[in-house]
Amino acid sequence: MEKKAALVGNPNCGKTTLFNLLTGQRQYVGNWAGVTVDKKEGRLSLGRLKVRLTDLPGIYSLSPYSLEEGVALGFLLDERPDVVINIVDAGNLERNLYLTVQLMELGLPMVVALNMVDEVESRGGRVDHALLQRRLGVPVLPISARRGEGVQELVELAGELCQRKVRLLPRVRYDRETAGALEEIAGLIARQVPEKRLCAFFAARLLEGDTQTAARLHLGDSLLAKAKAAAARYHPEPQQRQSRLADARWRLIRAGAAGVVRYPRREKGPGLTQRLDRILISRVWGLPLFLLIFFCMFSITFGPLGNTLKTLLEGLIGRLGGFFGGLLAQSGAPDWTYSLLLDAVIGGVGGVLAFLPQIMLLFFCLSILEDSGYMARAAFLMDRLLQGLGLTGKCFIPMLMGFGCTTPAVMAARGMGDERERRLTVLLIPFMSCSARLPIYALFAGVFFKGHENVAVLGMYLLGLAVAVLCGLLLRHTLFRGPGRPFVMELPPYRLPTLSGTLRHMWQKCVGFLTKAGTIIFSMNVVIWLLQSFTPSLQYTVQPEQSLFGALGRALAPLFAPLGFGEWQAAVALLSGLIAKESVVATFGVLFGGQGGLTAAISAHFTPQSGLAFMVFSLLYMPCISAFVAISRELGSLRAALSAALLQCSVAYLASFAAYRVGGMFLGGAVC
Amino acid sequence: MTLRELRPGQSGVVVAMRCEGALRRRLLDMGLTRGTLVRLLRIAPLGDPLEIALMGYELSLRRADAGKIEIELISE
Repeated sequence: MEKKAALVGNPNCGKTTLFNLLTGQRQYVGNWAGVTVDKKEGRLSLGRLKVRLTDLPGIYSLSPYSLEEGVALGFLLDERPDVVINIVDAGNLERNLYLTVQLMELGLPMVVALNMVDEVESRGGRVDHALLQRRLGVPVLPISARRGEGVQELVELAGELCQRKVRLLPRVRYDRETAGALEEIAGLIARQVPEKRLCAFFAARLLEGDTQTAARLHLGDSLLAKAKAAAARYHPEPQQRQSRLADARWRLIRAGAAGVVRYPRREKGPGLTQRLDRILISRVWGLPLFLLIFFCMFSITFGPLGNTLKTLLEGLIGRLGGFFGGLLAQSGAPDWTYSLLLDAVIGGVGGVLAFLPQIMLLFFCLSILEDSGYMARAAFLMDRLLQGLGLTGKCFIPMLMGFGCTTPAVMAARGMGDERERRLTVLLIPFMSCSARLPIYALFAGVFFKGHENVAVLGMYLLGLAVAVLCGLLLRHTLFRGPGRPFVMELPPYRLPTLSGTLRHMWQKCVGFLTKAGTIIFSMNVVIWLLQSFTPSLQYTVQPEQSLFGALGRALAPLFAPLGFGEWQAAVALLSGLIAKESVVATFGVLFGGQGGLTAAISAHFTPQSGLAFMVFSLLYMPCISAFVAISRELGSLRAALSAALLQCSVAYLASFAAYRVGGMFLGGAVC
Repeated sequence: MTLRELRPGQSGVVVAMRCEGALRRRLLDMGLTRGTLVRLLRIAPLGDPLEIALMGYELSLRRADAGKIEIELISE
């Protein structure tokens, strides 16, 4: 039978490196049921023993206050893994042991992998793992995940623990009062606890005043009252009880950790991290360097390199289309199959695939920033700006990426901050004007704001930001009410990212995107192609105005009349923008073709006011299909994504209406 | 005095925590309990949040939250 193992540890303790080392290529990323937290699993084989290793989210504690902690605790309690591998950063022993003590109370077979021993030793320190093992009563192995040292021994020991070959006596020795209170409560609830060894854990939970435990154990009123009375004897005030237990835990940890990591001489001066932080997040240099770093990242991703790769890939896809088109033409296939293959399959999916190089580059950069420790500094620097929206600095980076491309920006929101923060961020990212909308502004500004194009385009970007702030404030006081999660964030030591770790992270993001591109985005493209290529009487057509899309555009056109652009061409162009925002200008090109150039056609069909209104609408209305799919994935449901789209379209409508009316007052004299 | 009144470079020992709920839980879990020695490293360029050092690692928290942590100043 397959055994279950869990990898648990603090964030930034080398957990991902160890997981990659243990499972190699045999790992897959999924989702924890019902929540948008990545679930990574992999397989290990030890002789005949098959083990499924689950990488639990990086957490500091098992108090179920965050999504990640809830997921981890749920797994440990419900799945009861056969062995828990607890990875601990030797360079930050005390803080890491807090989780270890909580894990020990769960009564599961466990091994402590004492990581980064090499890092401590390189700073002249010594690590006495045997001393820690004696004190904890569970096996402690020194390892270096980065160098792969000690990992083989760890795997073997974990295998033996799985088969119960080693007997463990994990002891959490609290002070007399705490131990007494815990024992008393444990005695009360013993009959309700499914496994005897879990008593200590649930007793501690009740003592802390955790309400979920009482419900989970189905404690009756009288038992609960007795447990509460016992807790009250420990300390009458619930808050102080929490503090007292935490104090007891930290005292135990300080005693347990004392002398395990020793530095024979006082360290000379501040460490590397301290010295780097004196520049990187200093008052003077912090913000300029932040801007420089993200400017570089933006230039790499959305600048020449990213764009060249994108163009190359598009060319390749185009040639593929040409090749298959030639084959079809030779075989004399009907016109519509030709169009289905070229426009829908190769053109549509190809158009989405063209994002791949930028997604790769973006996540390559993000992964380096994350693994090096700079990402936490970026959040530290930017937090102040987002406080008013009920967000934290962690949301800043995904929002910034939104100016490049909405899809990867939404994907980057994964794992940043808590659930509520992530949802709000994902809702606001589309208001950051993505680079694909630029051609629309360029076209209209070139026609109507000649000589002031840059001001008009910049104005669009600023308007997007302003709308994001307003929407953020609105949402914060309606759907996202209540206090935000506290912003208490570790600033981890700077470390050199590993190439394999960075590449793996990038690859996993790409696979996630490709799977979506291959399934949902593909089918949506076929649907849009059907709408574009068939008349309402289901005849194949190449004339956009005769297609279902054209009919839909005609039907929608009156809706846009109050905004000044009630002509069906504008509606069809906006509809085609759902495939990709680049299509808007291309569609105008097709629809106004043969009317003496696009610029002339635009100035003939639009007034400055309606042109401005169209720009505003393009800026704010729902993003393209691939972004929509990413949003629906991060919000966890199609319904939520549809509501978001409705919100975006309503906001676009209102703002566009306002622009038409207010713009009309200022531009009144300039009407052509 | 509270943690937010420290000047960069100054240290103090936590005396009491005047916060509740998720913030209290989080701070306790991160090691901010009575008797913990903390040092204010710096204030972010925009004035918030703060960076403190405790138990050999660095943590950032907002001024408003730091104002709920009572400390006793340690003279240099």
